[in-house]
Amino acid sequence: MTVSSPSTMATDTCIAVQNVSISYGSQEAVRGVYMDIPRGKVTAFIGPSGCGKSTVLRALNRMNDLIEGCSLKGRVLFDGHDLYAKNVDPVEVRRRIGMVFQKPNPFPKTIYENIAFGARINGFRGDMDELVERSLRKSALWDEAKDKLNESGYALSGGQQQRLCIARAIAIEPEVILMDEPCSALDPISTLKIEEMMHELKKSYTIVIVTHNMQQAVRVSDVTGFFNVSHRAEGDRKVGCLVEFADTEQIFNSPSQQATQDYVSGRFG
Amino acid sequence: MATGQRPDLFAQRRRPPGEKLLDLSFQRLTVVLASLVGLVLLGILITVLGGSREAMGQFGLGFLTTSDWDPVGGHYGAFTAIYGTLITSLLALLIAVPLGVGTAVFITENIIPLQIRQVLGVMVELLAAIPSVVLGLWAIFVMEPFLRPCLTGLHNLLGWLPFFSTEPQGPGIAPAVLILVVMILPIITAISRDSLNQVPPSLRQAAYGIGATRWGAILHVILPAAISGITGGVMLALGRAMGETMAVTMIIGNSNNFSLSLLAPGNTISSMLANQFGEADGVQVSALMYAALVLMLLTLVVNVMAQQIVRRLSLKYN
Amino acid sequence: MTSFPRGALTYRPGLARNRCNQLFTGLAAVFTALAVLPLVLVLVYVLIKGGSLISLRLLSELPPAPGLEGGGIGNALVGTLIVTLIASLIAIPVGVGSGVYLAEYSRGGAFARFVRFGTNVLAGVPSIICGVFIYGLIVATRAFAGQSYSALAGGIALAVLMVPTVIKTTDEALKLVANELRWGALGVGASKFVTITRITLPAALAPIATGIVLAIARAAGETAPLIFTALFSPFWPDGLLNPIASMSVLIYNFAIMPYEAQISLAWAASFVLVVMILAANLLARWLGKLSRT
Repeated sequence: MTVSSPSTMATDTCIAVQNVSISYGSQEAVRGVYMDIPRGKVTAFIGPSGCGKSTVLRALNRMNDLIEGCSLKGRVLFDGHDLYAKNVDPVEVRRRIGMVFQKPNPFPKTIYENIAFGARINGFRGDMDELVERSLRKSALWDEAKDKLNESGYALSGGQQQRLCIARAIAIEPEVILMDEPCSALDPISTLKIEEMMHELKKSYTIVIVTHNMQQAVRVSDVTGFFNVSHRAEGDRKVGCLVEFADTEQIFNSPSQQATQDYVSGRFG
Repeated sequence: MATGQRPDLFAQRRRPPGEKLLDLSFQRLTVVLASLVGLVLLGILITVLGGSREAMGQFGLGFLTTSDWDPVGGHYGAFTAIYGTLITSLLALLIAVPLGVGTAVFITENIIPLQIRQVLGVMVELLAAIPSVVLGLWAIFVMEPFLRPCLTGLHNLLGWLPFFSTEPQGPGIAPAVLILVVMILPIITAISRDSLNQVPPSLRQAAYGIGATRWGAILHVILPAAISGITGGVMLALGRAMGETMAVTMIIGNSNNFSLSLLAPGNTISSMLANQFGEADGVQVSALMYAALVLMLLTLVVNVMAQQIVRRLSLKYN
Repeated sequence: MTSFPRGALTYRPGLARNRCNQLFTGLAAVFTALAVLPLVLVLVYVLIKGGSLISLRLLSELPPAPGLEGGGIGNALVGTLIVTLIASLIAIPVGVGSGVYLAEYSRGGAFARFVRFGTNVLAGVPSIICGVFIYGLIVATRAFAGQSYSALAGGIALAVLMVPTVIKTTDEALKLVANELRWGALGVGASKFVTITRITLPAALAPIATGIVLAIARAAGETAPLIFTALFSPFWPDGLLNPIASMSVLIYNFAIMPYEAQISLAWAASFVLVVMILAANLLARWLGKLSRT
């Protein structure tokens, strides 16, 4: 495994992942991951199913804490602070590092409340109406939703619901937004809208996105990490690992690893 | 094999008429058995309605609002028992709902290790299996003697309130309420637990993902999403509390004198039935049937409402 | 830039939200302890006061006359077994048959909806009303050979109580059987009767058995439907058409007697009843696990 540092990284690292291994119970899901996620860029994780890319993503804001028996070895440094140090408050971590999930999951509340709820529990003091509007505008949902702010979040279409979830995430003004295959449940038009939005969002946020769609990685990301399943572990256990982490252009045009080359050119077993 | 032989083959393999008959009679049998449920319900209604006709004609609706129960003079009014049924079950609900929902949250959220939570869950379920009459025995000989000093203290402290105005002397409404709490807790806990487990995990993740604390997520997202299921469970528990007989009968004191005080003996419809039905005759039987009718209608309304609420919940998640 | 208060990443227990969190967690823990406490206390007392009395003599003798010492609960033990057996013999065929109708024959028509609704209503009818019903139907009319109170009447009253549970578990268990299994049987030319009795019912056996065991356990502990149907008897059971003793009614009758011997017997009967019922519940739990693997 060789990990070359992306050229952009030298400037400013937002999250540094150092020798991280994650297990569910006694089963190791991913092993030995090193990477430096650059600030103000879009970083994409690609790779086949079961390679642990979502697991690593969820480790970045301690969402794995919610899974019974999930444990992490190694260090995840956010602005130089170890997120897994004993005295760290996971709630505070998630307020700084927001998350958008694979399937849209609005709260069973009104559209307005979906956004206001997060802000309120984060101690927002200011004009709530203005915050709701600003968040919906940023997620390109304002025009479609402004007349039905008091309707249930479930009244929106799937793509709109996902944009609502993004609006909900950015309303609390995190520094990083994690997106776990945010478009996998959406149609192409909604996908396009969300991709356009990500170009806007990266001006103010660091974004990390897991995607199955290589074209999407090319379109939206600056840096790409390729994960693969390795069989080197004892027995026939499959363990995920990070194969290559570099500028997106390099990953897709001149990867240094054969496995990466095979995957991005579609010659993957 | 020549094709000409085929008709013979099929002729031999035709279903014997006996098999068809069996098939049809089995279907008919299940229909008959299924209609028994309707017949039993109808039977219950006719028995209770028919039995109460005499008392209904004699006492009318005044039966519901008067409280003198005088088998010697032949005057009957069920107000004390109706009030007792309502007050004991509502007070029991008031105590059991926070306890039950709190317990359900505690054993569904990952606050403590899974194994301990499972053991606690099984224990609450087993509590539901203890027969009512055993709880009644326990209430008479263990709970009530233990409780009496506490209730006396309450009387000394708050005796100026009508609800605590009498000296506790053993059996009474307050111990009956507590034993009802024990009986309906498992129902509320079990149904709340099921409703909480049905809340999609994605909602929980969404709440944590925007930085909610554990209880922020529980109070603002998870409980509201489960509320209709929990309400259905609470209504079912209310129905059960109103109809509960043995433990209450053994500890409530069975007094037909109306008193506002929770420390005084009282009565419920079901305990009145349990106590008097066997020895009653004449108008008293009819009056008891009338009371049974009232109890049936009360539980019916509550149970049908509970079913509606639960049905609305299952529509929402499917 | 931000309108949100930003603290350090470190956990600060003094923070209002963390204090709140701890408060609620503590509260929930206390509630859970309070919910489990009665079970522990009831079991402990039943064990101490009842378990210590258990002996062969106690299980095989008749209760003493008021004021006398000694005696046992033999007739009540046998009576409970008989009455519960009668109830099961009625409720299991009726309940399973109705469940089969709902799951296999009805196509969600008005009649099926009525039966399901009726089942739920019947499940909510207070058990004392079941007793009143059977009293009015059988005891008061002396329907069985001119006898009033009888073991049979008690069994029927308990059966009315059991039927809704059996119907519901059968209905739900059969609905969980994969349709492919049914089509497979019908596809090789099996009649509907054969499909149901040889394929679907066996496939759903474990959950149905679980439900039946739980229903029997509940019926065995019921008192209210028996006190004016089966009544009580200080003697050994004498046929199905005479009053019969049962442990639950024994507990009820003896608990309010002023005699120490009778009260001890009530505790002993409680012990036997609780052990039987908990054993049945554990059996049901085991059956339930069996059906999931």
